[in-house]
Amino acid sequence: MKPAKFEYERPSTIDEATNLLGDEEKFNRVLAGGQSLGPMLNLRLAQPERLIDITNIPELKRAYRDGDYLTLGACVTHSHLEDGVAEGFANGMLESVANGISCRAVRNRGTVGGSIAHADPAADWPVALLALGAEVTIAGPDNQRQLSLANFLVAPFETALRSGELLSAVHIPALSNSAHWGYYKFCRKLGEFAETMAAVLLDPDRGISRAVIGATEARPTIIDMEFTNDTATTMIEENFPDADWYQRQLHSVALRRALNQIPQ
Amino acid sequence: MNDAPQGVGVPLPRKEDERYMRGQGRYIADIKPNGVRDVAFVRSPLAHAYLRNIRIPSEIRHSVFIADDLEGVFAIRAVSALPGFKVSEQPILAINKVRYVGEIIAMCVADTRAEAEDLAAMIDVHYEELPANHDMLQTRTPDAALIHEEWSENVFLESFVDIGDIDAIAKRAAIKVEREYRTARQCMAPIEGRGVVAEWDTRLEQLVIHSATQMPHIVRSGLAECLNLDHGRIRVIAPDVGGGFGYKGILLAEEVALSWLTRRLGRPVRWIEDRREHLTANANCREHHYKITGYADKNGKLLGLEAEAHVDSGAYSAYPFSACLESAQVGSILPGPYDFEAFRCRTWSSCTNKAPILPYRGVARTGVCFALELVLDTIARKAGRYPHEIRLMSLPSPDAMPFDNITAKHFDSGDYPTCLKKAADAIDFAGIRERQKTSEADGRKIGVGFSIFCEQGAHGTTVYAGWGIPMVPGHEQCGARITPDGELELRIGAHSHGQGLETTLAQVAHEILGIDPGLVRLVHGDTGVTPYSTGTWGSRCMVMSGGAVATACEALGERAKRIGASLLQAEESDVRIEGGSVVAPNNAISLTDIAHVWYLKPQDLPSDVDPSGLEVTVGYKPQVDTGTFSYAAHAALVAVDKETGHVEIIDYVVVEDGGILVNPMIVDGQVYGGTIQGIGTALYEEMVFDDRGQPLASTFADYLLPGTAEAPDIRVFHMETPSPYTRFGQKGIGESGAIGPPAAIGNAVNDALREYGAEIHELPITPRRVLEALREAKL
Repeated sequence: MKPAKFEYERPSTIDEATNLLGDEEKFNRVLAGGQSLGPMLNLRLAQPERLIDITNIPELKRAYRDGDYLTLGACVTHSHLEDGVAEGFANGMLESVANGISCRAVRNRGTVGGSIAHADPAADWPVALLALGAEVTIAGPDNQRQLSLANFLVAPFETALRSGELLSAVHIPALSNSAHWGYYKFCRKLGEFAETMAAVLLDPDRGISRAVIGATEARPTIIDMEFTNDTATTMIEENFPDADWYQRQLHSVALRRALNQIPQ
Repeated sequence: MNDAPQGVGVPLPRKEDERYMRGQGRYIADIKPNGVRDVAFVRSPLAHAYLRNIRIPSEIRHSVFIADDLEGVFAIRAVSALPGFKVSEQPILAINKVRYVGEIIAMCVADTRAEAEDLAAMIDVHYEELPANHDMLQTRTPDAALIHEEWSENVFLESFVDIGDIDAIAKRAAIKVEREYRTARQCMAPIEGRGVVAEWDTRLEQLVIHSATQMPHIVRSGLAECLNLDHGRIRVIAPDVGGGFGYKGILLAEEVALSWLTRRLGRPVRWIEDRREHLTANANCREHHYKITGYADKNGKLLGLEAEAHVDSGAYSAYPFSACLESAQVGSILPGPYDFEAFRCRTWSSCTNKAPILPYRGVARTGVCFALELVLDTIARKAGRYPHEIRLMSLPSPDAMPFDNITAKHFDSGDYPTCLKKAADAIDFAGIRERQKTSEADGRKIGVGFSIFCEQGAHGTTVYAGWGIPMVPGHEQCGARITPDGELELRIGAHSHGQGLETTLAQVAHEILGIDPGLVRLVHGDTGVTPYSTGTWGSRCMVMSGGAVATACEALGERAKRIGASLLQAEESDVRIEGGSVVAPNNAISLTDIAHVWYLKPQDLPSDVDPSGLEVTVGYKPQVDTGTFSYAAHAALVAVDKETGHVEIIDYVVVEDGGILVNPMIVDGQVYGGTIQGIGTALYEEMVFDDRGQPLASTFADYLLPGTAEAPDIRVFHMETPSPYTRFGQKGIGESGAIGPPAAIGNAVNDALREYGAEIHELPITPRRVLEALREAKL
């Protein structure tokens, strides 16, 4: 199929972009890497009147350390991270997660911001960045605001973005020296959407013991509590009372395997 | 002259790869005649419904066409002469009723595809939904709604075979294994989908249709019927085609519709299938269900088989293979390569509210092999024997060849026991049994499985005459001519779309005439310039077109010898063809020089020269035309993660006997590609339908195909037992790879699950199905 007719704009500043988005006469959609929106346009599942392509905004492509935070512009691609644009930050978790996303062709185009704004519970960044306790900056026509990622992701494919707003950056807090992470996902074939995924962050100095389970029916599930390999299964059973046995079993395996990556 | 061997048996690099690898192929979507208009179809969103009203906004009425507009167009009727077969009438555009999701209701034409889709979105169809028959067993229940209301039941054909005394065997058999198996509905997923470009040539008063098809001549016959046009008024051209696998062995309603439309509009029109149409609206394949019982003696030797098999044929009988081929095949090929005493099998070709099915690479064999080979492994487990041991008790020995099996299939040659033993050695069965005694470091369970099967290829007249379907292969023809500059042009009616025929047929020509394969040009895929052929299907081209090319080159050689002898002033009986020349005892003249004189300097020819010229068309078929029987044993070593249900193929062995291999490298490629498709059937591919008949996968995110990462290193070993019936001893082998994997992998998984008492019975073997099997075993 071919997309329905749409207009196309490619602004070069965030202000221009939010002004365009603020024009409520039009049904706008933001286009970043297009790895999800592209197929949706072709299938006519998305039929915006106007696409605002944000990949020509230099500020959105920056990745930089700012004190205890790493800031990633919304258009930083998976490949940028895979290739080490934030090398060493988060003990290599960002490189590792990026490397496991789909295939290189998708990673070259797909963006961190796009992945979060699309809010697919089976995507990697929502799960990994929830575990890291990330925050996001949202640019609007009049001002900008900051939200935790946990509050940004409302439901599957639903975020806290309001009309006219744009996700502009992600901020990831640095880990302490005592921190360890684990990340496991299970896909039927390489690069496919995951059947289950789990991220674990243990950062004793910051008092964090957190697991995030993805590929869920609802938004990825955040579990903030102490747990061990032995209690993982019970924890899954308690957190997914309505999931079928298969999902529960896979989530439990994913959580235990993510935890097993962490030196005991 | 290149002295390196280039004939039959040489792994010559493929001539066609130069253009394919450089992106210079010319496919259906590359063909854009001036003024071409694009077509998009309005397709049914419901599986079973009456059409009550089609509302088309008046301002676009002239760009939209529905069944009422199609004057003089007839429905597609793919008949079979088998007793009891019920014929379906497949309208080109739906009339009164839709019978599957994706059936065409209206045709919209615009300057671009996107605009044509805009038109399609403006059409409002009012339906009265009927209960859908979404399953091949459910559709046979008494309260299932009739899909073709003039029929008495939703069955195209029921067949029954009863040979030997199965009841007596049932009484005396020490081992009885009763199982139910199911294989998934699949989409064939060639890289290129279907596509049609139609144009009316006013000078020749001829319909010229380009189509991504495997069988241009059959498409022409079908169009002639549906459009009531003479064959001579239709020219079908198949350009470069990006893979077929059976998906392009059909007359499409789209081909008929666009052929009508181009005359109506006086403009060329085209339709290029997109992946969504491929997955949700066009032909599927493979869906079988078996209730099967195997009887064996206490040692595990197979005594008899009894089965009830269903094939989900979809809503219409596809042209030309019909809805009978796959299910009736099941009844005749279920015994596989084994020799045993009694066989009873009843099959039903179920009519359901799904797209029609087509024979896919391996045709019914993939499902049959899965059902039979899983039963045999279960027998082996019961008998406490190794899986290959019990098979060796029933495989025909090489001394028995040619061997007629229980359903009178005529196996031309081969050494099946050696093939299986080689596979067991290559996979190191003994070593695996040893390894299984200790647990794996990663906690996974390993298992080993085999399958052995035969592949009938190049089925001839006697086989197909019995089916009574719209096509029966006769003599395969080749037109061969030497051009004025000494090139050899071969014209065949079959089509090459991945088989490498441009190379292998040049090797055959080299074998006969000694001509450099680089000077051989294959002309194919155009009814206007090639002899009639049923096309490319059934692993037939290397036997049939190969035989035809050899025969034509021999005839051409005789012509060249006569002219050459005249020019050399030698006796015809003293000359021979060698190295691309006519050679006399004392001198020689190249085919190039002969052609030069014949065409450009006829004044140099003696007056009594043979006037027949350097162009022949001849036909060929093997003396015994029941087909060649290539065969193979597959062996798989898998590791099963019992926590996630994931199956990884650790090692994969294929031992294959395709007779004389014309180009062993191309055969290896065929085996690799086929095997990976078979791995898709085994582990990944499944088109799921809900109970309203909705296909649930509309992109490759939901319909999983194996990728390179899922393809193991496949180790291929060849045996070369020549067929006694074919020109060089070659056998059809193109489909073989796709037959064995589900059975070998299924058996390997069941071997890994053995200690838990768990078994899988359904394809594909998904993580969920593996975990379900383990769960059931625990309960």
